[in-house]
Amino acid sequence: MSRLSDLLAARTRPVVTAEFPSIDGGGLAAVEKAADEMRPYVDAVNATDNPAAHAHASNTSIAIAMMQFGLEPIMQVVCRDKNRIAMQADIMGASLFGVENVACLTGDDVTAGDEPEARRVFDLDSTQLIKVASGLAEGHYLSGRAIKEPPALFVGAVENPFAPPLDYRVLRARKKAEAGARFLQLQIGYYPDRLEHFVRGCVETGVTDTTALLPTVVLTKTARALSFMDESVPGISIPADTIRRVADAGDKEAIAEASYQLTLELSRHALSLPGVSGIHLTDFRHDGSLERLVRDLGIGPAFDPVATAAGTTAG
Amino acid sequence: MPKLLPLLEHAVKKPVWDCRMCGQCVLHSTGMTCPMTCPKTLRNGPCGGVREDGHCEVKPEMRCVWVKAEERSHSPVNPHHWEEEFHDLRPPVDNRLQGTSSWVNLVTKRDRRTPAGWAGESHERFSAVPGASMVEVDEPTTLPAGFHA
Repeated sequence: MSRLSDLLAARTRPVVTAEFPSIDGGGLAAVEKAADEMRPYVDAVNATDNPAAHAHASNTSIAIAMMQFGLEPIMQVVCRDKNRIAMQADIMGASLFGVENVACLTGDDVTAGDEPEARRVFDLDSTQLIKVASGLAEGHYLSGRAIKEPPALFVGAVENPFAPPLDYRVLRARKKAEAGARFLQLQIGYYPDRLEHFVRGCVETGVTDTTALLPTVVLTKTARALSFMDESVPGISIPADTIRRVADAGDKEAIAEASYQLTLELSRHALSLPGVSGIHLTDFRHDGSLERLVRDLGIGPAFDPVATAAGTTAG
Repeated sequence: MPKLLPLLEHAVKKPVWDCRMCGQCVLHSTGMTCPMTCPKTLRNGPCGGVREDGHCEVKPEMRCVWVKAEERSHSPVNPHHWEEEFHDLRPPVDNRLQGTSSWVNLVTKRDRRTPAGWAGESHERFSAVPGASMVEVDEPTTLPAGFHA
C-alpha cells in the first residue's frame, strides 16, 4: 500500500502532508521545482483539483508528475466539475501510474472561482464518491461492472470542524468513515476549541479507530492574508482577536514572525490532541517557513528521530 | 392518470418545499428540508463552505439547507425513526427519474433501485445478462451495458 497508509497504520510518528501549489505554465520543470522544495519535509502531498473553482493543470496530471519527481501524491477529486463516469475514470487512470491516495471532496462552488458562469455538476456528493472510490479498489465500478486486478487505493476525504452545523460535523465524519474514508484532512481553522470538540467527538464515536485525522494549518505572512481568508474563503472564519494580534505585532517583519508563531501554536495544539495522526500544511509564504515549522515541531521525514532511526526518511 | 400525478405532486410540493421533482424524495429523512434546494444538491450533509452565520456559501441570503435540516430532524412532530434515517447514506441520484412522480416511484419501489456496485455487488463484463441491473424494462431506449462492446 501507499507510504501514507503505511505510516498512518504504524502510528509511530505524526504524519506530515501538504498542499502542492497550483501549476499552470512552465512545463514539468515547474512541478519538479515545487517537488524539490517540499520533498525532504513531507510524507505525501495533495494534488489539488481546480482549487477554489479556478482551472489549473489537472489533479491527475499533477499527481502523476509528482510521482516522477519522487513525491507521494494524494490526488484530490472534487464533485463540482465532473460526473460519476469521469471521476471514476480519473481515479482508474491515475492508478495505472501508481497513484493510490485519493481524497474525495465536494469542492468549492463555481461562484468562488473566476468562471462563475460555468455549469456546476455535483453528480455525486463527496460521501457518495468515497463509497464509489472504495468500490473501485474492491473490484467494481458503481455500475457493478467487475474490474479485474483492481487498483490499490487508499481513500480519504476532508471535513470542516469549524463550520456550522458544528454538532453535526462529527456525525458527518463518521458517515464518511463508514463510507470508506481512511483519512480525513481537516479544513483550515483558527478556533482551537472547535477542533478539540471535533477530535474528541471523533474519538468517542469510533471514527479514529478506522480513520486518521489530519488538521490543517496554513503558513501566512501578513494580517491581510488572514483577513482575506476570513472574508473570502468559503468555510473559513478567523476570530477578530487573532487577526488583531498579528496586525498589531509591529513592522512588516514582526507581523511575519507573529504569523509564523500563530501557526506554530495552532500546530502544537492540534498535534497535542489524542486522536490526531499528523498535520496538513498549506504554505502561502514560500520563504522556507515550511522547513522551519516541521523543524520546530520535530516531525516529518527529515526531523523526526524515530523515523530517522527506522530508515523511513525521504531521499 | 400517470401523466397527471407528477403535475399534482409538483403543485403540492413546490410551494411547501420548493420541490425540484427529482423523483426520489427523501424529505422525511432530511428534516422535511429538500436537499435538492442546496445549490450543490448534496444529499448526505453540508459542505465545508457553510458561513459562520449558518448561511449558504453560494447564496449568502439563504440559510444552509443542511443547517435547517439538522435542526428540523430533531423536531418532536416527526416520527422518531425519521430522526435515525437522517444519518442514512443516501445513494447517488438517478437522473432518469427527474420530472417523474416520487409518489409513483415510492409505490413501485423504483426510487429504491441503485446500481449493483452501490450495494458492493459486481458482475462480469460479458455475463449471460449483461448489465442486468441497469436494464430498465420500462425504458426501451436504455441499452444494456456492454451493448456497444
